[in-house]
Amino acid sequence: MRRQVVLITILAILIGLTVWITSLDKIGIYDVFSWSDLLSDARAHLKMVLIAEVIATSIAVPLAILVTRPGLKRLATPVIFGANVGQTLPSLAVIAIMAPLLGFGLQSAIVALCIYGLLPILRNSYAGINNIEPAIIEAGRGMGMTIGQIARKIELPLALPVIMAGIRISTVITVGTAELAVLVGGKGLGRITFTGVLARQPLLILQGAAPTAAMAIILGFILERIEKWMTPRGLQLKAGIS
Amino acid sequence: MIRLDQVTKIYPDGTEAVNEVSLEVGEGELCVLLGPSGCGKTTTMKVINRIIPITKGKIYIDGTDTTKIDEDELRRNIGYAIQEIGLFPHMTVGQNIQVVPALKGWPKDKRSERAEELLELVGMNSAEFMNKYPSELSGGQRQRVGVARALGADPPILLMDEPFGAIDPITRVRLQDEFLKIEQEIKKTIIFVTHDIYEAIKMGDKIALMNEGRLVQYDTPSNLLFKPKNEFVEQFVGADRALKGLQLIRVKELMTGTPPLAKADERVVTVQARMEREGVDCLAVVDNEGKFLGWVDRVNVGKGETVRDIINRSVATATANAVLSEALSLMLSSGFKTLAIVDGINKLEGVLSFDAIQLALSEVAQRRGSE
Ligand SMILES: Nc1ncnc2c1ncn2[C@@H]1O[C@H](COP(=O)(O)OP(=O)(O)O)[C@@H](O)[C@H]1O
Ligand SMILES: [Mg+2]
Repeated sequence: MRRQVVLITILAILIGLTVWITSLDKIGIYDVFSWSDLLSDARAHLKMVLIAEVIATSIAVPLAILVTRPGLKRLATPVIFGANVGQTLPSLAVIAIMAPLLGFGLQSAIVALCIYGLLPILRNSYAGINNIEPAIIEAGRGMGMTIGQIARKIELPLALPVIMAGIRISTVITVGTAELAVLVGGKGLGRITFTGVLARQPLLILQGAAPTAAMAIILGFILERIEKWMTPRGLQLKAGIS
Repeated sequence: MIRLDQVTKIYPDGTEAVNEVSLEVGEGELCVLLGPSGCGKTTTMKVINRIIPITKGKIYIDGTDTTKIDEDELRRNIGYAIQEIGLFPHMTVGQNIQVVPALKGWPKDKRSERAEELLELVGMNSAEFMNKYPSELSGGQRQRVGVARALGADPPILLMDEPFGAIDPITRVRLQDEFLKIEQEIKKTIIFVTHDIYEAIKMGDKIALMNEGRLVQYDTPSNLLFKPKNEFVEQFVGADRALKGLQLIRVKELMTGTPPLAKADERVVTVQARMEREGVDCLAVVDNEGKFLGWVDRVNVGKGETVRDIINRSVATATANAVLSEALSLMLSSGFKTLAIVDGINKLEGVLSFDAIQLALSEVAQRRGSE
C-alpha cells in the first residue's frame, strides 16, 4: 500500500513535468517537441518494447522448459551462463554491436532489446520450474500423467507467477534500455532525450526521460496486476496474500 | 497378483539398492515392506509402477510382464501415495482426488461424486473440504487426501510409501485404525512401506523384512515375531517379541478357520464322539446359516439328550481383527479357554484357543532358551 502511494506520487510528478515542459514554447534557443511528436515517439517506444518482450518471452520460456526436462538438465548451466554473460555486457555495447551486424533500423534495436531482456525471463522461468517440489512432479508421474500433461497442468501453472515476475522485471528494464534504440536508427522517446543531451538542455532531456520513466512505472504496475491475477489461488493462500 | 522375480536395482552411481528380491503378493493382500532406513523399501515399491526402472529381473502383474504395458496406462491403474504426499498446491482437494479419474476420461459428475465419496471414506467432511486448497489443511488431513487421491480411480493395486510417516503419533494411530477399516471395505492389493515394526505387524497380512537390499524374511506377522529366521530378524523385531505379539498380532492369524462344529439339534452322543475324534474339549455350535450360538462342553455331556439342552450361550466372542491381548482378556474374564471368532453378523469365522496363543508364545521362550 505504501509503495503504491509512493509510485502514484512519482507518476503524477513525472506526468506533470512532461505536461509542463511540453506546454513551454522554447527552452533556450530550442523548440520543445510538440504533443504530436511526443505521442508518436511514445507510441513507437511502447511498440518496440512490446515486440521485444513478446519475442524474448517466446524464446526464454520454451528454453527454460527445455533445459528443465529430465534428459536435458545438463544444458541448464551453459544456457543460464550464456544469458548471464549477455546481461553483464553494457546495454549500450549490445545495441552498438547490432548496427554493424544488422544495419541501422528498427530490427537492430529490437534484436538488441531482446537479447538484453531475455535473461530476467529465462532466469525466473528456470527457477520457477526448477524449484517445484520434486515430490509434486513424482506424484504426477506416479499417477500416470504424461510428460506433456505434467508440463501443462503442473509445472506451468506453478511456475507462472515467477515467470510473470521475470517478464515484468524484463519489461521495466527494457523500457529504459529502449532509450538507446535511437542510436542504431530506431525510434522512440530516446530521440527527444538525446536531442536534449546534445543540446545540453536538462529540461529537454526531461521531456524524453520523464515519460519514459512514467511508462516503466505504468507497465510495471499493469504486469504486477496480471501476475497476481494469474497466481493460482492455492498458492496465494500459501504466500498469505489472499 | 504382483510378482517380483529376482529384481535387482543398481542406481547409476553404483548403489545396489535392491538385490535379487523375489516376492509374490496375492490378490487382496496387504504386503508390508519393512526394514531399516536405506534398506531399499522405497526402491522396491517404486519399481512396481516403473517410476524407477529395474536393472535386472522381471515384475509381473496378473501374470503380465509390466515392461509390456504402456507405463502411463500401468500407473493409472495403480494407486500411488508417496511419503512426501505431493499434493498439487494449485488444485483444490476435490481436483487433486480427481486427477486419475480425469486422466481416464471419467465424466465430470461421476468424478466429483467419486471425490466426495472418497473424502467421506477417509473421514473428511466433503462439503467442507472439497474446495479447500492443500495449504489450508493440517498434516493429518493432507495424508488423508493423499490416500483418497491414490484411491481415485478405484485401482486394484495400491502403493503406499510411509503414508502415515510425517504426522504425530496419536493421529498416526488413528489413521492406521481408520485405514484398516477402509482396507476391509475396498479389498485391494496393497504394498505398504514402513520402517516401523509396530505399524508393519498391525497393518500387514504379510511382511517382507529387508536388509541392505535383500529380502531377509517374507512371512506373516506372527511368524516374523514368533519364528524369526535369523539373528537380524530377531534383533529387528526386538526383545519384547511376546509382548508385541500380544499387542499387535490379530486373532485371524492364530485362529483355526475350519474348526469341527456342532448343530443345536444333534444328539449329545454324536457330538461327544466327534470331540473324542478331534481331540478337543468343546465344540462351537452354529445354526443352519453358520451363525454362532454357543459352546457345547465335554464336562456337560451327561446333562441332556441333544446339544440344545446343554449348550452354553453366555460366552464372549471376538472379531478376526481383534488383537491377541483383547482375545486373551476375553478368555480370562469369561473363564472359557476357547473364543469364537465371528464377523459383523455373528457368523462363525473360526475359533481361537488359549493353547494356540500359548504355543505361539512358547516358541519365543524356547528360542530364547536355546540362545
Ligand atoms: N536416486 C538414487 N540414486 C542413488 N542412490 C539412491 C537413490 N535413491 C535411493 N538410493 C540409495 O539406495 C538405497 C535404498 O534406498 P531406498 O529404497 O530409498 O531405501 P528405504 O526406502 O528403505 O529407506 C539407499 O542406500 C539410498 O541411499
Ligand atoms: Mg523410503
